[in-house]
Amino acid sequence: MNDILTGMIEAVRLILTLDPTLIEISLRSLEVTVSATLIASAIGLPLGAWLAINRFRARRAVIALLNALMGLPPVVVGLLVYVMLSRSGPLGVLGLLFTTKAMIIAQVIIITPIIASISHQAIRELWAAYHDLLISLNTTRWQRIKALLWDGRRALLTASLAGFGRAIGEVGAIMIVGGNIDNATRVLTTAIALETGKGNFALALALGFILIALAIAVNLALHLLSKTERNSLW
Amino acid sequence: MVGPILPLRAESIRVARGGKTLLGPLSLEIAGEGVTIVLGPNGSGKTTLLRALHGLERLREGAVRWAVPEPETRSQQAFVFQAPILMRRSVVDSIAYPLLLDGLLRGEARARAADAAEAVGLGGRLALQATDLSGGEKQKLAIARALVRRPQILFLDEPCANLDGRATREIEAILATVREQGTRIVMSTHNVGQARRMADEAVFLFDGRLIDGGKASDFFDTPQTPEARAHLQGDLFP
Repeated sequence: MNDILTGMIEAVRLILTLDPTLIEISLRSLEVTVSATLIASAIGLPLGAWLAINRFRARRAVIALLNALMGLPPVVVGLLVYVMLSRSGPLGVLGLLFTTKAMIIAQVIIITPIIASISHQAIRELWAAYHDLLISLNTTRWQRIKALLWDGRRALLTASLAGFGRAIGEVGAIMIVGGNIDNATRVLTTAIALETGKGNFALALALGFILIALAIAVNLALHLLSKTERNSLW
Repeated sequence: MVGPILPLRAESIRVARGGKTLLGPLSLEIAGEGVTIVLGPNGSGKTTLLRALHGLERLREGAVRWAVPEPETRSQQAFVFQAPILMRRSVVDSIAYPLLLDGLLRGEARARAADAAEAVGLGGRLALQATDLSGGEKQKLAIARALVRRPQILFLDEPCANLDGRATREIEAILATVREQGTRIVMSTHNVGQARRMADEAVFLFDGRLIDGGKASDFFDTPQTPEARAHLQGDLFP
């Protein structure tokens, strides 16, 4: 209990004094996670929409695979990305290991199935409602996907935020591929793991509170910007 | 520019689902001007016929032929569904959507959509979300969206089925204007009074088959089949 209280006080102190280290790792956390969320959304949202409106032989298998990948163990992803990017790996020549780019790659792999799966569910329902209209209007496949993505944008924002939420709190994969290097790849979650390992619980808790506050702030900001509550229905 | 797409000919068309024939085989020609009303009891195939003519149903047999190749007719046909399909957009953006598909710029599309909305009495509702409209207004929006491309033929599937008398009268007035402007109308209804008010031609379906119809005055005065006679008199079918 004492640790929690001390942690909260420490968190407030760090924020109020604009602790440079805190600012640096917080910004890096945001940079990695926002980049990963944007890339994963660019892949996952159209993929979800495409799966919702297209019928092909392996469709059910692809959807089942996508749902299964939502539970992909981050440590395994980290390990695979590590092997791929390591010097002896097939992509070692790119020199990305222990950089924020490697961390972004790992996070994209982890959250793309989440974003695609949630957006598929949302778009499938919208497609059921719009189907006859869009066929009647003689839309092309791309026009259908565009209309569904645009009109379902608030549900899709939720899909992206679910990906963001998973990514910002992720530690296993980015620890492996980033290496938790001070001033280079250290982010809030890896810093928490490090401070906990050192027995510095108050600082670890403080960083944890800041991480939670950051996640809530980003969610709130996006909801406010997109006016999700504006017209009751969506 | 697409030339006249009519006459429309349905040649021995049959629609089936799960091994059960829902419609046909039947043949039908839609030509000239005016309003063709498709009548019949529930389950007689009215909706299926309209959907088949519009290309929304897969035909098991037969063909639907137009005066020009079918792909050229797509932008010249429009369909209004019994339960209006509303997009998650404002009234003006919902009506403008078909024009954006045709490649019009957003500003021009919205200006034409505003005119179309005005024509159906939704001029003061442009900024509202489509879902916030009343039942009658939603159907008016669907009609405005269907008409904004200035189609040569308009299919309507029981557009007044869920509306009260006032909204029904307003929709009928809009359709009368559309008819005068030269758009061919094919509309289903189970409302005999509405059919009498609007029809130039009538088609009577029973059990998926076209069993009666013709020029409206002839059909309503002297129906040729007992089923049509019973339907027009408001009798209940066994």
